[in-house]
Order: sequence, then C-alpha cells, then structure tokens
Amino acid sequence: MLRRRTMGRRGALGVAVFAAVTLVLAGCGGSDSGGDGGNGSSALPSPPKMELPQTLGSPEGELNIIAWAGYAENGSNDKSVDWVTPFTESTGCKVNVKIGNTSDEMVTLMKTGQYDGVSASGDASLRLIYGGTVAPVNTDLVPNYASVAEFLKKRPWNSVNGQMYGIPHGWGANVLMTRTDVVKPAPDSWGAVFDANSPYKGKVTAYDSPIYIADAALYLKATKPDLNITNPYELDDKQFTASVDLLKQQRSLIGEYWSDYTKEVQAFESGDSVIGTGWQVNANLINGGTKAKVSAIVPKEGSTGWSDTWMIAANAKHPVCMYKWMDWIISPTTNAQVAEWFGEAPAQTQACDQTSDKAFCDTYHALDADYAGKISYWTTPTTSCGDDRGNVCKDYAAWTQAWTEIKG
Amino acid sequence: MLWLVVAYLGSLVVMFTAAFWRVDSFTGALIRVPTDDNFRALVEQSVYRRVALRSLGVAAVVTVVDALLALPMAVYMAKVASPRLRNLLVAAVLTPLWASYLVKGYAWRTMLSGDGVLNWALEPLGLKGPGFGLPATTLTLAYLWLPFMVLPIYAGLDRIPDSLLEAAGDLGATAGRTFRTVVLPLVFPALVAGSIFTFSLSLGDYIMVKIVGGRSQLFANIIYDNIGVANNLPFAAAAAFFPVVVIVLYLTLVRRTGALDNL
Repeated sequence: MLRRRTMGRRGALGVAVFAAVTLVLAGCGGSDSGGDGGNGSSALPSPPKMELPQTLGSPEGELNIIAWAGYAENGSNDKSVDWVTPFTESTGCKVNVKIGNTSDEMVTLMKTGQYDGVSASGDASLRLIYGGTVAPVNTDLVPNYASVAEFLKKRPWNSVNGQMYGIPHGWGANVLMTRTDVVKPAPDSWGAVFDANSPYKGKVTAYDSPIYIADAALYLKATKPDLNITNPYELDDKQFTASVDLLKQQRSLIGEYWSDYTKEVQAFESGDSVIGTGWQVNANLINGGTKAKVSAIVPKEGSTGWSDTWMIAANAKHPVCMYKWMDWIISPTTNAQVAEWFGEAPAQTQACDQTSDKAFCDTYHALDADYAGKISYWTTPTTSCGDDRGNVCKDYAAWTQAWTEIKG
Repeated sequence: MLWLVVAYLGSLVVMFTAAFWRVDSFTGALIRVPTDDNFRALVEQSVYRRVALRSLGVAAVVTVVDALLALPMAVYMAKVASPRLRNLLVAAVLTPLWASYLVKGYAWRTMLSGDGVLNWALEPLGLKGPGFGLPATTLTLAYLWLPFMVLPIYAGLDRIPDSLLEAAGDLGATAGRTFRTVVLPLVFPALVAGSIFTFSLSLGDYIMVKIVGGRSQLFANIIYDNIGVANNLPFAAAAAFFPVVVIVLYLTLVRRTGALDNL
C-alpha cells in the first residue's frame, strides 16, 4: 500500500515537471516588444514607433485607468468630491479606476495591457515610454492642453525628441520639513539633513526609494562643483559613487525612511522625526492638526519633485474615452478640484481662478515658473547621460542595488 | 490536487528560470540568454549576505520567543483552565486574527513611537523602549504570529490524556520532571508545526519592517524593491531562491525529526 502511494506521488510530480517545462518553452517561444538587442549600443535607442491619431471618433462607452489615490474621485470617498460622474454624464464613458499605490505597481499593471491609461510619475513614465507600453499623444486633440503651464510641456520625463507622451496633471516639490519648535534656527539648506554632526541624529527622515539618490546628487551639485553634476538623474560612476557615499554617511543620522505619507505625518507629530524630506500635503495635514507645527521650504540648493502625467496605453481598447478623460482632468474646474483634494500644484493655469481657497495657487506656487524651475523632477535614470559622456550613466536597476547597499 | 501541483510548481519553475536571464537596461526587455550574473552579484556583494543572515536571525528569534510565550499559555488553556474559561481563552487567542495585519502593525507603531505608551510605561523605571528598528520588528512579528503557535500546541496538549500526567505523578515525578520527560516529547510535533508558521511568515515579511523597522531592511524587501520601476525581475527571482531554499531545508529537517508523521 505504501508503494502504491509513493508511485502516485511520483507520477504527479512527473506530470508537473513536464507541464512546467512545456510552459517554460512556450514562454521562450514568444516575442516581446523590446527585442533581444542590449549589447550596450552607443546610439540612443528610440521608443517603438507608433501612429499618432489625427482625429477622434465617438467615445467607446468605457474607460479603464490606473490612478494615484485621490486623482479620480467618484464620490465614494466624499459625496461632494466627484469629478468622474460628471465626466461619464458628459461623454458616456463609464470609468473603472484601479488605484496604484506605487510607481512600481503602476508599471506592472500597465504591462498587463488591460488598462487604457495611467497617471504616471516621472520615475515610471520613461520606463513606460521606452518599453512600448504607452503611446505618444497628439496634443491637438486635447483642447485644454494649450493653457497648461508652459514649464510642464516637452520636459524630459513626458516627452522624447519633442514628441509629448502624455498630458501634465499636477506637480509638487519634495520639501525640507522641520518641526519649528525643535529645530532652531530654521535651516535653509539640505546640509541640515546631511550634516554628520547634526544635533538631530536619530530623528532625521528621508524618502524610502532609490530615487532619493537624486537628492544627494542635487546637494553635491551645489556643494562639490568639481564633480560637475548638471542633472541629478544623469550620474556617471564618479558622481554616483559620491552620492551613494553621502547617503551611506547619512544613514547613521536617520531614524526612519518613509514611503507612506501618513507614516511621515505621524512621525512628525509624535516627534520621532523632526527634520527631513516631505511633501506640501504632509505639512498641511500636520499644521491643520493640533499636535505639531512644521515649516516646509525649498532650500537654496533646490529640490527634487514629481510631475505626474496622464499617459495612454499603446493598444488602448478605448482610446477616444482616454483622450476625453485627459482633456477633462486638465479642464480648469476639474484640475482645481483635484489639486485641492490631493494637495499639489495644478498643471492647468486657468485652474487658479477655480479653486475654493483663493490663496491655493500661491501656497503651492502653481504659476511660479522660478519656483518650479528650482525643482528637479523625478525621471527614470537610464544609461544615457544625455550629453557627450555617452551611455555611461547609471540606470535605475543600478540605483536600486545601490539603495539596498545604502540601507545596509 | 494535480492541478494545484502543476500550477504551483509550474509557476515556481518559470520564475526560477527567469533568475538566469537579465534585462536590457534601457528598454527593460528580458534577454533570455542564460547567465549567472544575478547569482554572482548576490554572492559577491556583502550587503546581501548581511541582510540574509539578519532575516534568518529575525525569523529564528521570533520563533523562539513565540514558543516560549505559547507553551505556558497553551498548558494553562489545555490542562489547568476550567472548560468555560478554556473556551473564552481560545476565543481570546483567535480574536486578533480578525483584525487586519496593517491595523495591528500601525497600532504597534503608535505604541513604540517616541511618545508612545511603551516609553510612557517604562519611564518611571528609568528605561526606554526599543523605538523603531529590528527589535521592534521582531517584537511585532512575534505578536502577530503568536496565535499560530498557541493553537497547534494547545491542540497537541489537548490530545495528551490526563491519565498520563496522573500516572507520572503516581510514579513520583515532580511537575517539572513530568513536563520535561512526558509532556514536551509528546507536544514536540505541535511545537514544530507552529514553528513552521512563525519561521516562514517572518522570513518572507517585507511590510512590518517598513512600519516599525525604522531604517532597517530585511531580505524580502530586496526582492520587492527590484520589481516594478526597477524592472529587474531576473534579479528578484534570483534573490527569491534564498528564502525558498531555506524553507525547503527547514522542512526537510522537520521531516527528519518525524514531527510531521504524528500530525
């Protein structure tokens, strides 16, 4: 009886291995968009060629999008916060929203091909463009694009060779946040979080993502000019090593790396963190409460930040609805609603007349091209250095491995 | 059963085949040419060894702590408590499982924070809580998986007839001797079953360390960080070999002890 049972198990295992091998071979047989190149070619590869639509037909009646929490509200969170239902009423496109919690999730979801569009941050957008996951956008088909802030158009994270790959949604800076009652005098430089002799050792916080290496590079751009850092996302070996070393030194000051904005709010309120990188929305939440007061500034060296872009999938099943959505979300009224609900600067210049808080655009510096110019927006680092150095820069995979080393 | 084996083992094989590939750093496309680059990086760079040992340590400590806490609790519940109290206690042990993982994690975060309840309670003694970090992570994970240790041990103890314990007493054994020589060997398989839960769940955890772990990271975070924007699925797959191999070894050892035969 024992022998029969063992045979059965062995037989099942054999079938499993056979099936697995078949699956693997089937997987090997398929082709994929990028091809098998990759021998470190010297010329910059261009994104896969795609047709630009010249006209829009009639809406398809449905739309599937991936969005950051708070970007596509349909009244389910707060009955008065709803810009999806009016969109459906106006275009007939029924909207299904999938919330993406991180850029990583969004990239993975978009690759399934089941979504028509995504609100991509700059660290995801280039990955989507060059992977052939998203298509270029004909901005003539998006009337509200004309009055989007000029400093958001044709930027490195949303365009390639002058061709736009999406519609700007809104932006914000990674500010230096400090507890006003603990950190005195108020700092005006990122040096305060990198200072090895900081009196706030153990209570410094930093953003928990490899993209934070750009913050170190930005600081070194100002303080170590002989490194010749021009763009904190285009770092060659020497610049990259210097930035990584700075962050390894910083680790002994860090109490906590934060990735969830509610965690940072709580940490500042309880005093576990008193100084570090944050978002304006975090500062507003803290200052709106009673437990603590913080200040949020862009220090003299400038800041990194993020500028989100709505992008359309390469083989979207509902492209007309997606174009209609992109036009809707940057219309003055809707963009004002989104910006106020989320807490960021709207991309639409005409939204500033529509916000319920008349000082909103001032607080967020929405029309301030100078302030916006001090921000180095998140973008996916690639091997291309974008200048005469060639393809010797570090790509995001290298940033990720370095981040693992930094955290130790 | 066959379908489960094919789907489960099949997907594992596909994932591990990917560990021998790499990605084109620019387009992100998979290059399906076998290479050992990923494994070499994992072995040669010391940070991965350090984090791997750290994760093994955390999993081991969590298991030991849970075993030490669960044994007295289960003994009380199975052998000492009255039937009504026993039912209440079982319900009490099970109830936290209804609460969401994240809710419990954030509750511990609040308790362990600088101005949290733990520091407040220890202050009169002149002590301070661990704050955020590895000890906090270990503590929280031990709390989370405790029911998974208590219940198997309780079930195992329940199967020991009281007559055995009485017989040991009649033969002159003290309570301690009875526990050591009669109860422990009989409850050992249940202890091992519980340890499988606590060890494997702790080894694979990447969320709790982000909530209460301060600036530390565990091995599962390395796997998670390389998926998504980093798009380095082959490297993540190679890293995933480590926890799988460890658990397979663990289960082989468990099987050797004969603990699984008696369940």
